[in-house]
Amino acid sequence: MKKKIIINIAAVIFLIAFIAILQRLLMPKYMSEIHEGNLVAEYYEDVKDHDVIFIGDCEVFSNVSPITLWENYGITSYIRGSAQQLVWQSYYLLEETLKYEKPDVVVFNVLAMKYNEPQKEAYNRLTLDGMKLSATKLKAVKASMMEDEELISYIFPILRYHSRWSSLTGEDFKYLFKRDKISHNGYLMRIDTKPANVIPEGRKLPDYRFGDNSYYYLDKMTKLCKDNNIRLFLIKSPSIYPYWYQEWDDQMKEYAKENGLTYINFLEHTDEFGIDYNKDTYDGGLHMNLSGAEKFTYYLGRILSEEFGLADRRSEAGTAERWQEKADFYYAMKADQERELKEYGYLKSYGGRAQTLEEN
Amino acid sequence: MLFTSYSFFLFLAVLAILYYLIPAKFRWMLLLIASLSFYAFSGPGYLLFILATALTTFYTGLKLDALQRTSSEYIKQKKEELSIEERKAYKERMKKRQRLWLVLCMVINFGILAVLKYSDFTIININTLLDVFKVDGKLPLLGFVLPLGISFYTFQTMGYIIDVYRGKYPCERNFPRLLLFISFFPQLVQGPISRYDDLKETLYSGSGFVTRNISYGLQRMLWGYFKKLVIADRLFVAVSTIIRNPGEYQGVFVLCGMFLYAIELYADFTGGIDIALGVAQIFGIKLKENFQRPYFSKSITEYWRRWHITLGTWFRDYMFYPISVSKPMQNLSRKGRKTLGDTMGKRLPVYIATLVVWFTTGIWHGAAWNFIVWGLLNAVVILISQECIPLYNKFHSRFKVRDAFWYRLFQVVRTFWLMSFLRTFDCYMNVGLTFRMYGTILTKWNLPELFQGGKALFGLSPADYIVFAAGAALMLFVSLRSRAESFRDILARRPLIVRYAVYFALIIAILLFGAYGPGYDSSQFIYSRF
Repeated sequence: MKKKIIINIAAVIFLIAFIAILQRLLMPKYMSEIHEGNLVAEYYEDVKDHDVIFIGDCEVFSNVSPITLWENYGITSYIRGSAQQLVWQSYYLLEETLKYEKPDVVVFNVLAMKYNEPQKEAYNRLTLDGMKLSATKLKAVKASMMEDEELISYIFPILRYHSRWSSLTGEDFKYLFKRDKISHNGYLMRIDTKPANVIPEGRKLPDYRFGDNSYYYLDKMTKLCKDNNIRLFLIKSPSIYPYWYQEWDDQMKEYAKENGLTYINFLEHTDEFGIDYNKDTYDGGLHMNLSGAEKFTYYLGRILSEEFGLADRRSEAGTAERWQEKADFYYAMKADQERELKEYGYLKSYGGRAQTLEEN
Repeated sequence: MLFTSYSFFLFLAVLAILYYLIPAKFRWMLLLIASLSFYAFSGPGYLLFILATALTTFYTGLKLDALQRTSSEYIKQKKEELSIEERKAYKERMKKRQRLWLVLCMVINFGILAVLKYSDFTIININTLLDVFKVDGKLPLLGFVLPLGISFYTFQTMGYIIDVYRGKYPCERNFPRLLLFISFFPQLVQGPISRYDDLKETLYSGSGFVTRNISYGLQRMLWGYFKKLVIADRLFVAVSTIIRNPGEYQGVFVLCGMFLYAIELYADFTGGIDIALGVAQIFGIKLKENFQRPYFSKSITEYWRRWHITLGTWFRDYMFYPISVSKPMQNLSRKGRKTLGDTMGKRLPVYIATLVVWFTTGIWHGAAWNFIVWGLLNAVVILISQECIPLYNKFHSRFKVRDAFWYRLFQVVRTFWLMSFLRTFDCYMNVGLTFRMYGTILTKWNLPELFQGGKALFGLSPADYIVFAAGAALMLFVSLRSRAESFRDILARRPLIVRYAVYFALIIAILLFGAYGPGYDSSQFIYSRF
């Protein structure tokens, strides 16, 4: 009888372990494409000691370079950004981050205010799959789910990705247990250029007012920061797509004023930091390339340093050493991207060689 | 709540734990609460319909019981005073009163079913006639939505009340108990159609915790999910591609559609029944088997004895026999013998009963002409087969092939394809289109197109076909092995490691290859729409 019980328990453990490995195998690795899928999970690997946490969509993970902030102002930062990150996802990512650390400043890019409802399952996945399982994650999932999504498939992603069995590649096996690092504290580097030939004009909208849901989570974010003695800095990053309406800008200015927050629309300051949309973007104005990101970050760093009074930590031995390693990785990737660009005329595998570079 | 939904697993797990935690005498009450909750998930308003059926049937049962008691007590008391004729007359009077109650109950309940299920079908046909006769104006459609399982529970309940009327067993005098018999959740989606005397023993007894019940129940569910999610829902894509594009898929593709639909329907329906029986077994409740390896049948009559058995026996016991032996039929038979001869006269009631039963079977499956034509064609084929029996006998007396393997195989294949042909009406849902598609099999010789890549994959990938082929082979293997005894019994004799390997392989196969979640248009059980 005892033997039978032991066998039964062992069998169940074996099954669970097998399914867990299968689940890892079936989940997308985002190593050779859609690198954004790895951004949220990479945060857990980093030392949790950041002066600034950035939250928001691609306008933060493409336009802000933490290495530039460090090298020029001695500010440590991490970008908890993800593709089309919605306001409630930003809120819950912040809530989760605060369990690990207490930054001095949280920078939130307000473009996501335009979305009052969940948009697409694929984007939800890019943000939420990387989060560690916790009550916060479950709340984030509940707030983000489309009508046909199931909460349980975020707890057991095999239920979502099981059908990938027929499209598994070598990458899925190679990165089964460990993935390469692809970001620089949440910054996704691209050095290539695609000029923005046209500065867009926004189409008329029937209603410019941000939705109640967006405001609800922005209010929560404001409160969370206040409760934790963190300064919330609202920004509109200088991407020219999607179009940022004057009416939206006015609402953000009003909100910031009412809540005693700083809000800066950096589209109004592009001349000051010298953005050239023919040279500083890799996709015609949606996202900055490295040159654009460094220019913008340099400008942003001055504000963080002077107006928010963040201290220069470059003299802290342990911190400096850690960030030097990050900078080495940063420049090695930059060099590799330059090489690829020269060799192929496009970025063939940017980020995909990150680990190799780091190891070298 | 779908059997394939995550919420159902949670519902079942919580229910099973509670069931075995509470005292045995309360267990059936818990099942009743669970069944009504399960039902309410499909729309709380629909509870009214099932409650109406339960209440009318319960009251009728009490009435019938009271009349039967009064009748027998009166005769017992007056045994000495009444003559045989008087007793007979009294009994007849009382039976008539019982019949009135029975008819009233049946009219109400079949009436609810008919109004909900057939109103729009009737209106569409009236509108068509108005069009034909160029009469202005059209009746608006009512658009009723069918309550979950109404076709199944109505038949089950009417079977019960007919049995009470016939004195087969006394009526259930406890309303909640009767309500549980009618609403027991595993059988609500697509049957089986239970009989009260079969079910009551295990339904109300509050079975104790028996490991074998849990283990066998889970195994049966697992096998059901495998059939439904890995095979049926995968084939759903292919079958839909073929039948939704009749302009593109003709000739040999129609035959492919018939074949794939036969497998899909089998995997879907038997899978659903496996889940229902497995769920019931977890609670120690034994539901009737609904299939006996039907695709191994050697004739259409045998096929219908082995496919959807509980519906077939319902029609046999409550419709075919009563019609065949009814007074009008006996009179007709007598007249027939005079005008058409002895043989034909004797067969007349059977012919008529067969046609009525199959017309009803057809329309039970759906309010559409394709189902009616499908039912009547089944009747025609069955009657022709019966008429051909002397010919078959002659053939078999001359050629001794009856026991030859190849001949039996031929019979099985012939029956499979015959049924697949008839079932095409269920696919195209349009009588004219179905006949046109039959026509293309003869007129469009496009066999080479079958080997020309993409089109012949019917929306599936080659990998999907590998999974389907492996799954179908496994179904065939299990069917062949379970001829004499249940496959679970065979498995139970194997070493523990083999058993675990089988269970784990099934779990992994369902998890991995199941056609569920985003990217799949996973379908509801086919029979649940009937």
